Amino acid sequence: MDLVNIGIKAIFTENIILAYFLGMCSFLALSKKISTSLGLGLAVVFVLTITAPVNWLLNEYLLREGALTWLGPGFAGVDLGFLTFITFIAVIAAMVQIVEMAVEKFSATLYNALGIYLPLITVNCAILGVALFMVERRYTLAQASVFGFSSGLGWFLAIVTMAAIRHKLRYSNIPGGMRGLGITMLITGLMAVAFMIFSGVNLGD
Amino acid sequence: MAFDKKILLEPVSEANPITIQILGICSALAVTSRLKTAVVMGVSVIVVVALSNVVISLIRERIPSKVRIIIEMTVIATLVILVDQFLKAYAFQLSKQLSVFVGLIITNCIVLGRLEAFAMSNPPLPSFLDGVGNGVGYALVLAVVGFFRELLGSGSLWGHRIIPEPFYLAGYADNGLMVLAPGAFIILSLIIWLQRTMTGYRED
Repeated sequence: MDLVNIGIKAIFTENIILAYFLGMCSFLALSKKISTSLGLGLAVVFVLTITAPVNWLLNEYLLREGALTWLGPGFAGVDLGFLTFITFIAVIAAMVQIVEMAVEKFSATLYNALGIYLPLITVNCAILGVALFMVERRYTLAQASVFGFSSGLGWFLAIVTMAAIRHKLRYSNIPGGMRGLGITMLITGLMAVAFMIFSGVNLGD
Repeated sequence: MAFDKKILLEPVSEANPITIQILGICSALAVTSRLKTAVVMGVSVIVVVALSNVVISLIRERIPSKVRIIIEMTVIATLVILVDQFLKAYAFQLSKQLSVFVGLIITNCIVLGRLEAFAMSNPPLPSFLDGVGNGVGYALVLAVVGFFRELLGSGSLWGHRIIPEPFYLAGYADNGLMVLAPGAFIILSLIIWLQRTMTGYRED
């Protein structure tokens, strides 16, 4: 139940983009076409599902204070916490590269669909953000995995919805200065208001 | 020196990284519910952009182009770690409030964007100015958003109460929406509208 709750929260009430503003850059730049946003959204879900548990393991057994105890009692006081950022971003970059190679080798169709978006994901704040939130909130491995997957799903949902809205928007008469980024931003705000409706949802603690 | 001035000033207004180039919005909004956190975040970004521009510009001729992204990321991450440790040491409360968003400067597109677009092909001094200019342009937008969100959302500025007590007695209420996420989106969109109307920039 706890896991379901984390999942629901990450997808709806605490949507990674509408409540924490993470992954805005690619959200704004690549939500013009539904097909593009579908590809990117899937790639984000994919990478988040893999990197969240990997980063969790690294943090648990390498980085946090006392994490190196398994090497021997002498390492109990070692705190490599200051290396968190650089380790996480390196893991993300490496994972993205590996995922790209694996996808290219095993599924040509998927590679054609995701190909150009995968490298972009390294600098998507949502990926690093999920890793850092996971550490800050002290999730367990199972919780972190669920959190990673459902955050990706929430991001996917938001970008596809936005692409659909922008598709319709093309035929509207918008004031010059508001065209493009301005109106997209405003709609994101309205979407955030809409998603706040879910904030009452709680499936028992 | 006129040339240098342009590098410094252009990103503050005409080529503002947030409102015109749509870069670095990720971390721009989350920290702006209070003016203080917005300003600290702005300063941190100025430091990181300016210094990473200088470092990359100094070693630009030695970086093999194939692995340049990794090298750039490493430089940025190192500087962000320094900023983060500094904040933890001298402003612990503030660094708690900024939580993960200091770390997210690493993936702030402004930093990587400036390294790629400017520092890789320019000497250190202009790169430094370009970094400061872009950082200031970013910090400025952050401060404006933070100013309005704190004023309208909690009736205070920099933690001090601005809207006097009689207003509340007469029925005035803080706009809670401004403190939450949607307020940031809406205020930023209005700033973009204003700024683009003033500079005449248009997107098709």
